[in-house]
Amino acid sequence: MDSLIQVQDLVKVYSLGEVEVRALQGVSLSIDQGEFVAIMGASGSGKSTFMNILGFLDQPTSGQYLLENINGENLSRDELAEIRNRKIGFVFQGFNLLSRTAALENVELPLVYAGTSASKRKEMAEKALSAVGLKGREHHHPNQLSGGEQQRVAIARALVNQPSILLADEPTGNLDSKTSEEIMGIFQRLNREMGITIIMITHEPDIASFAKRVIHFRDGKIVDDHRNSAQSLAGGGK
Amino acid sequence: MTRLLASLLIALRALMVNKMRSTLTMLGIIIGVGAVIAMIAVGSGAKKRIAEQIASMGSNLLIVLSGSSTSGGLRFGSGTVPTLTVDDAEAISAELPAVKYVAPSQRGGVQIVFGNQNWSTIAEGSTPEILSIREWPLQSGRNFTQQDLDGATKVCLLGETVVENLFGGIDPIGQIVRIKKVPFTVIGVLASKGQSTWGQDQDDMIFVPLTTGQKRLFGMQFPGMVRSIAVQARSPEVMKEVEDQINGLLRQRHRIPSNQENDFTVRNLTEIMSTAEQSASVMSLLLGAIASISLIVGGIGIMNIMLVSVTERTREIGIRIAVGAKGRDILLQFLIESMVLSLIGGTIGIGLGVVGTLILAKFTQWPTLFSIEAILLAFLFSSLVGIFFGFYPARKASLLNPIEALRYE
Repeated sequence: MDSLIQVQDLVKVYSLGEVEVRALQGVSLSIDQGEFVAIMGASGSGKSTFMNILGFLDQPTSGQYLLENINGENLSRDELAEIRNRKIGFVFQGFNLLSRTAALENVELPLVYAGTSASKRKEMAEKALSAVGLKGREHHHPNQLSGGEQQRVAIARALVNQPSILLADEPTGNLDSKTSEEIMGIFQRLNREMGITIIMITHEPDIASFAKRVIHFRDGKIVDDHRNSAQSLAGGGK
Repeated sequence: MTRLLASLLIALRALMVNKMRSTLTMLGIIIGVGAVIAMIAVGSGAKKRIAEQIASMGSNLLIVLSGSSTSGGLRFGSGTVPTLTVDDAEAISAELPAVKYVAPSQRGGVQIVFGNQNWSTIAEGSTPEILSIREWPLQSGRNFTQQDLDGATKVCLLGETVVENLFGGIDPIGQIVRIKKVPFTVIGVLASKGQSTWGQDQDDMIFVPLTTGQKRLFGMQFPGMVRSIAVQARSPEVMKEVEDQINGLLRQRHRIPSNQENDFTVRNLTEIMSTAEQSASVMSLLLGAIASISLIVGGIGIMNIMLVSVTERTREIGIRIAVGAKGRDILLQFLIESMVLSLIGGTIGIGLGVVGTLILAKFTQWPTLFSIEAILLAFLFSSLVGIFFGFYPARKASLLNPIEALRYE
């Protein structure tokens, strides 16, 4: 069976005026259904670029990326938007919730663009919110929620469409360590109980230790790719 | 459908968040649409009044005035020397098939007395056709007839102003009035025509049979002569033709050599009035155009605010695109926003325009006329302004790069 994600010789070059920046210099890897991967690396190592390509937000300069055997190479903006809508859930460092909009409606957002009916949207969004432990806070606005709660709303939004992968870009970057652990606990639970594939960028080893697999990037290349043993798994793997 | 409804809700909410800004943006459209409505109402009111005046004057009307004369180096105006005769009028009637009615007339100032009241007015002696030509109905009584004309009977028709000044509430029909000391029986009262285009009271006059007038009122310096001949053509199209034919016929009858000027003047009153009507049209067009400029300025205001709004909400747009909004979803969201702004503005503007026009009409006594077409047009135009000026910012939003948009601070 093919892997969920197959990446072959991925290269990404940005040209900033005269200077060419080689953000990715031949990255190959595959990720299977149900994995929980942490991607580590210093800033400028190319991990964010890699994440953008995985999320169909950006196109590689060369090389191939397949998600469920879908190649985004020759797809239009709108076709890519549809893939993002159906297959990918994003969690950002800055939460990126719509302000002045209730938690429930934030979670409904991907469903709006999927064309789901209003009643179905509400039902699915409520389910996603209760999956991240926010039952009863549906009508709070982001500014009435703590950072951890906001990030949980963002996770619910990423999950609501039942995507193939959940991409998290430094999800704990703006959170204190206790809240960070809570968020990681949610990720682990989603991964274990619902079998959701999670790919997460972080530069904190503590956070990476919650993942089953850790990949290190340096200068646009993968320099290390190892699996955490069940014993070393943070949170006790529970 | 679900997506459209969702876009509408998103747009409405975004507008509600910035109430002050939305209101100020709308103000441009409100003023623009209001101005268009008011200007069109004033313009078409003026046009309508002129059209009414043309109708009251009588349609397809030509007036033949007797000629100018020179006496001792002084030139006198048209009508000062009687060169036209009743026979001329009969010839026009008999020989020109495109002519519907002909009425020769003579007029003069008279003093008219009833009981202990008296009034100075103009008496016009003419044939019964004059009322048809001038499209002047009677409000009571009857017109004089050919028999009255043939017998030179002493009957008269009174204008509304004359009746008001002589008869305080008494029914004038059948009463005897003295005109230049000659007793006349009042047989009819003319319907009121109001003021002419030139501000003259058209109701301050009386009609008598031409023959009676010549015998009893105007003096008989030149027997059989008349001051003017009113001619009604059969249709507006033949006006010019009839004018030329009258010129030819009268030159021939008056034996004017080809190197001499006419001893009469033909005036095409309808033509003069339609010129007035045309200038009113141009005026209302101009007013509308000026008002449209303010609508366009309002549209630019919308564009300006939408651009600010797009920049301000770059991050929001980035989030939407990241979670699967397509280009047209974003385009629609911002387009609906600008359309809602301009449509609400347009609706308020229509109300304001109507109220403003009514107030204007009350204080200036200008004639105004609202038409459904103008209101619909202004409404349509304002929504087009919304689409047109909203499109560029909306398109800009829909083409944002999600990665950069998400990074936008």
